Amino acid sequence: MIINHPLLGSRDSSEFVYLGDASLIDRPDWQAEHAAEAFYDYAYLRDNPAGEHRELWFHEGGDRSWLVVTRNTVTHEISKVELARDVARAQGRSK
Amino acid sequence: MTQINRLSGGQIDRATTLNFRFDNRSYTAHPGDTLASALLANGVRLMGRSFKYHRPRGVLTAGSEEPNAIVELRTGNRQEPNTRATTTEMFDGLEAHSQNRWPSLKFDALAINDQFSKFLSAGFYYKTFMWPAAFWEKLYEPMIRRAAGLGSLSMQEDPDEYDKGFRHCDLLIIGAGPSGLMAALTAGRAGADVILADEDFTLGGRLNSETFSLGDETAANWAGQMVAELSALPNVRLMPRTTVIGAFDHGIYGAVERTGDHLATLPAGKPRQILWRIYSKRALLCAGATERPIAFENNDRPGVMLASALRTYANRFASSAAQRAAIFTNNDDGHRTAADLHAKGVKIVAVVDIRPDAPINYEYEVLAGAQIVDTKGRLGLTFAEVKLSDGSTRTLDCGALGVSGGWNPNVHLTCHQRGRPAWNSDLAAFVPGADLPPGLSVAGAASGLMSTHAALQSGTEEAAQVLELKGSLPDLPDAEDAPVSQTPFWYVQGCARAWLDQQNDVTVKDVKLSHQEGFRSVEHLKRYTTLGMATDQGKTSNMGGLALMAELAGKSIPDTGTTIFRPPYTPVPIGTFAGRMKGQAFHPTRLTPSHYWAKERGAVFVEVGNWLRAQWFPLPGETHWRESVDREVRQTRASVGVCDCTTLGKIDVQGTDAADFLNRIYCNGFAKLAVGKTRYGLMLREDGITMDDGTAGRLAEDHFVVTTTTANAVKVYQHMEFVRQCLFPDMDVQLISTTEAWAQYAVAGPNSRKLLRKIVDPEFDISNEGFPFMACGNITVCGGLRARLFRISFSGELAFEIAVPSRYGDALMRRLMSEGEEFDVVPYGTEALGVMRIEKGHAAGNELNGTTTALNLGMGRMVSKKKDSIGSTLSEREGLNEDDALKMVGIKPVNTGDQITAGGHLMGASGPVDAAHDQGYVTSAAFSPSLDSHIGLGFLKSGDTRLGEKMRLVSPLTDLTVEVEIVSAHFVDPEGERLRA
Repeated sequence: MIINHPLLGSRDSSEFVYLGDASLIDRPDWQAEHAAEAFYDYAYLRDNPAGEHRELWFHEGGDRSWLVVTRNTVTHEISKVELARDVARAQGRSK
Repeated sequence: MTQINRLSGGQIDRATTLNFRFDNRSYTAHPGDTLASALLANGVRLMGRSFKYHRPRGVLTAGSEEPNAIVELRTGNRQEPNTRATTTEMFDGLEAHSQNRWPSLKFDALAINDQFSKFLSAGFYYKTFMWPAAFWEKLYEPMIRRAAGLGSLSMQEDPDEYDKGFRHCDLLIIGAGPSGLMAALTAGRAGADVILADEDFTLGGRLNSETFSLGDETAANWAGQMVAELSALPNVRLMPRTTVIGAFDHGIYGAVERTGDHLATLPAGKPRQILWRIYSKRALLCAGATERPIAFENNDRPGVMLASALRTYANRFASSAAQRAAIFTNNDDGHRTAADLHAKGVKIVAVVDIRPDAPINYEYEVLAGAQIVDTKGRLGLTFAEVKLSDGSTRTLDCGALGVSGGWNPNVHLTCHQRGRPAWNSDLAAFVPGADLPPGLSVAGAASGLMSTHAALQSGTEEAAQVLELKGSLPDLPDAEDAPVSQTPFWYVQGCARAWLDQQNDVTVKDVKLSHQEGFRSVEHLKRYTTLGMATDQGKTSNMGGLALMAELAGKSIPDTGTTIFRPPYTPVPIGTFAGRMKGQAFHPTRLTPSHYWAKERGAVFVEVGNWLRAQWFPLPGETHWRESVDREVRQTRASVGVCDCTTLGKIDVQGTDAADFLNRIYCNGFAKLAVGKTRYGLMLREDGITMDDGTAGRLAEDHFVVTTTTANAVKVYQHMEFVRQCLFPDMDVQLISTTEAWAQYAVAGPNSRKLLRKIVDPEFDISNEGFPFMACGNITVCGGLRARLFRISFSGELAFEIAVPSRYGDALMRRLMSEGEEFDVVPYGTEALGVMRIEKGHAAGNELNGTTTALNLGMGRMVSKKKDSIGSTLSEREGLNEDDALKMVGIKPVNTGDQITAGGHLMGASGPVDAAHDQGYVTSAAFSPSLDSHIGLGFLKSGDTRLGEKMRLVSPLTDLTVEVEIVSAHFVDPEGERLRA
């Protein structure tokens, strides 16, 4: 597979390490009312779609960016690659 | 032996004679021959025995689709089984042996199987070797393994090198026949970066096998001229002897180039084969088509071949299977073979055409509306029996029989991404379907265009289209443009022992039987009968099986469907996939800064991840590793020892939010850690289980150095980057791994300060008051060399860790040793390190094993409830905090001398020994020279409240029971006085 890194251009997937569902960015607030349940969902429950999937890849053999890659799990077509940091910020994460 | 079946002409170099051996007999050949063509020229038709019935077999094809003529090539440690004689390029000194026969090819004892074929039908193994169950392993399996199988391995290491490489192109063209050559010319002249790959050693595809002309040139000459022009284009790379084996994601193709298989000996340092990963913007499949046989009774005798193969051998290789040949066909192409053979002087006994309106010929007999119904000949074809249109039979005296059942486009690569081929009823064949791998187009016969003219035209047009070329395209030479004329015909009615799949001995009868037994899916048919399996993957047999299956089920062929085509297109040696990544080069080896020094000292090394670490340093006279390790421990605890701990991960953390960041990744607090201090830190996974532990030293307000365990260095760094980039993207913090930048040594023991005093520059105070336990700081050593000093202790002794830039690591170790002589300094390895940490009760990888929590480790109170850190919320889950949770304890044998075994389980002093009564387990064990006893660490239910209790340590697998006492994990210096001294 080839991943089109937003900063470095197209790179072979062998330079990357796969983590999994990009929902790992949505870490719950530890002080929220049902934090324990929310963390349980966060840590254990994942969708397993046949089709578009947003997932985290780490450019270990490169610039060490975490990327959010939108990949079709059936065809391996990659439709979008973003810096995970930008995605996290867009979702309101900060410090 | 002379080349009795050598014809005139052909693309062989008669000026040079090559010698080769087959089954220990010597023969001659010429450059340009394959092993198969040379054997035929020498009058050898018998080349192997079949898989199951051990029937005599000869060559069926002239290409990589060959099911029968597979041999063991070369000898000794270069012996390669299952090599197709049809693609083996001849070289002087080639040596090959036939397979699957004993004692000889002409007399094979297991040919008796053929007499019992009634019992060896489809599913034979499944039906016969069912019971008694005990017989399977002891009797049936060894017996079957001896009898079955094709070639044999040398059982020696392959001495040759294999390699891997990467190539990039605008257009990858797969196949260099008429369409591939035209496509390459079109794209090449337009300036595109082109790779033209073909599995053959001579480019040109079928053009090399045909007698017709292209323009004013013979087909082979035209191909040669094209290759010459393409070679002159700097933007076109020709890759002969290269098989494209798979179409992978995003335009990446796998290709195997056989760089050395055609050479008697490889040039030194050159690889035998190269596995290429080709990155293409677009790809064009010009893989042509493969002729398919017709099944009839006893159609597997040596001499029965595909008609096109007979033609290739005659035209290209100037060889024939026999001087008298017959043709059996359902289409016009079979007649082309007859005409070409006739022109070469081979006697055409008859052309048997199933069509009543077969073309007429005046030079040899054409039997219209007739069929071959049987053959004869023990080790090769001697007679073919024909059923004429009037129902009468006739016997043809022939040693070669060319069979043509039409042509199948080579759609293999078009299906590598789960695409399905489409049925074309005009061709009675599958053609590429609609859902091709992205970026792939198809031209020529592979796309179902069967005439030479159509192939040339589609090659140039497809290349122009995928590259979006404007303007004029290369002119096409005049070429034959005959329409396909055939009547679909798969097998002769009434036949039973008619082979569909010659490699796996699958007959028409077997397919009928599997249908009768209820196998309806093609995938089931394949697995049950083994049709289409093994090295040829049914390239010549699948269609016949499918057609028969469709007929039996009363369905159409497209409704029956095909099995899935998967890479590789042809078999690839495992060595080629491994490339240079074998033996020591399987993964990189990381050497510590003190490695060469340790080697000089005669250290024994152990692999830890990719690292080689000194395990112990034997002295002359020491005969057992325990002697060395015990000495290293005693000497360290008595005076001073030095250990290379460079391999521990070091992560530099800097930024105004650095302390806050560490607060998130460690479950214990770091915000208030003073500058110049180090703290033990425990990292949890988000599910509350421990991930790793280590220390973090604060060198400045905004600068920390984090250490990780050796094994988790990479994973922890990744995790920290995840937390930084994905969870807290606005924190002002930067991370960098400095594991390899600093050489770090533990200097441990009561004399460690005295030793370091001789190394550390005098302006730095390292007294207990000036540099107390858990202090850290930047210092200089040896007269100005920058260094870092940490007062941390894994051994439990007064200890320091000193770090210098890696390039000074070797020198520092030598200096520590020479300066330490007066203290009797000892280098110690990972074994002594492990013994001392067990004696001290420090958890390591065995305890941080992916199932344990901070509570289990006795560090439950470290998990701060006042802040958010990874894993803190889920560590509070009920299930992880039960009253009888496992707690880390020490374990000692009751009877001195008894051994503690890691992995053993803890059971009550009496009562049953079973999983229900399991109370804990031992994680680490060692002999403690300090206590003169074996000791262990482990986890026990409510262990912290059970000190002093007697239990049994059991290992039912090794029949072990030891009486043990539960004690504190801190065997040595439980109050920690030594490390604070």
